[in-house]
Amino acid sequence: MGNLPGNGEIMSRELKVPFHRKKAKELTAGDYVYLTGTIYTARDAAHKRMQETLIQGKPLPFDINENVIYYMGPSPAREGRAIGSAGPTTAGRMDKYTPALLDKGLGGMIGKGKRSLAVIDAMKRNQAVYFAAVGGAGALLSKCIVSSEIIAYEDLGTEAIRKLEIVNFPVIVVIDCEGNNLYETAIKEFAR
Amino acid sequence: MRRILVRIINTEIIIKAVEEMCIESNHFLTPDMKEVFDQAVDKEESLLGRQVLEQLKENLIIAGEDMIPICQDTGMAVVFVKIGQDIHIEGGCLTDAINQGVRDGYMNGYLRKSVVQDPIERINTKDNSPAVIHYEIVEGDELDLVLTPKGFGSENMSRIFMLKPADGIAGVKEAILKTVLDAGPNACPPMVVGVGIGGTFEKCACLAKHALTRNLNEQSPKPYVQKLEKEMLERINQSGIGPGGLGGTVTALAVNIETYPTHIAGLPVAVNICCHVNRHAHRVL
Repeated sequence: MGNLPGNGEIMSRELKVPFHRKKAKELTAGDYVYLTGTIYTARDAAHKRMQETLIQGKPLPFDINENVIYYMGPSPAREGRAIGSAGPTTAGRMDKYTPALLDKGLGGMIGKGKRSLAVIDAMKRNQAVYFAAVGGAGALLSKCIVSSEIIAYEDLGTEAIRKLEIVNFPVIVVIDCEGNNLYETAIKEFAR
Repeated sequence: MRRILVRIINTEIIIKAVEEMCIESNHFLTPDMKEVFDQAVDKEESLLGRQVLEQLKENLIIAGEDMIPICQDTGMAVVFVKIGQDIHIEGGCLTDAINQGVRDGYMNGYLRKSVVQDPIERINTKDNSPAVIHYEIVEGDELDLVLTPKGFGSENMSRIFMLKPADGIAGVKEAILKTVLDAGPNACPPMVVGVGIGGTFEKCACLAKHALTRNLNEQSPKPYVQKLEKEMLERINQSGIGPGGLGGTVTALAVNIETYPTHIAGLPVAVNICCHVNRHAHRVL
């Protein structure tokens, strides 16, 4: 899963996850990146529970500091496979919960779709990065996930928090830690 | 005494057919969708856009070969049922049979369970039922089923506009374009756009959803609608949104419009967005 089809023209780089906060400055909106390491999945229901946990002053189900959350709920895995189809879900639905998590140390997010101004401001003040995985490429992305383990909220089924080990997982930096937003700049380039 | 001739269909074959359609639609695009998608890869002018489309193309191959769902959002099942009025269903209730087929398909097909039993209480039903079923009674003795698993990334970007007759076709064009621009990257472009014009508040939405299931080799029977579909597809592709919303010239693969008579005071317009994984399966029993 190392090379993108049709590659040779777009520059790409490799990045280990989690990464130190100071590495965020090296990532610019538009960069094509292959991620290798550990990420955590969480989407709507898990975010709601994590928010309640924070309000109660209790510790989150995993150490969020400098870690990356992948907004994703997989389909069931067939025997012998780590995970089922595993593409990104729309990040904007988690916007309400995200600034608090960023202020608590969240280093990065993988999803797809637009983010709110409040999220972008929190990304800037905390030097965090938002990556997009290709929406709809669930089968292909599942091949980049070598293991998946439920670590919290098992009763939520597909929405449980999973710890994933990934290898050469292709993403694009959509919003960097300075607030540059590829979704805004790219559309202007091609609008007629 | 009168004798009548009815065709008996047992729920067993309905359950089996629905199960197969759930699994088939989530692993394979229909040939017309696949063809339009392949053409898009050649048309895209942006480098990154082509990269995204190539990734999606490879994704389709992997999905079919390894039996992994094309997208992890295997959707809420929407079923259009055209039931011939000379049919008698035997073996149980038709609605229950369709829901059983959905349950079987989502369990046996390793599909995601993405349905909650109540929109506020939100407890997962764990079997992806119930489906949303639209019934139409027609002449004849066939049971025609179209199943489309609808993912909610795109569904959430859909809109209804209760326009005024004075807004006219210009108002319709603006409604379609506004919905697409607001959706942007969220609906996983390139999109397929289903539009319903006319009817009532709920009818135009149903028309829009049904429009998404049209075979792309078929055209609308009305010349002005054909022209409108073509024009809107061009204008959407001029928006610059591109594959994945990362910029490009292919933002939509098709615009399908269905119409229905409406009230003298109304011009309802519904825009149902679908992503490029426009999944549907068709059986005639």
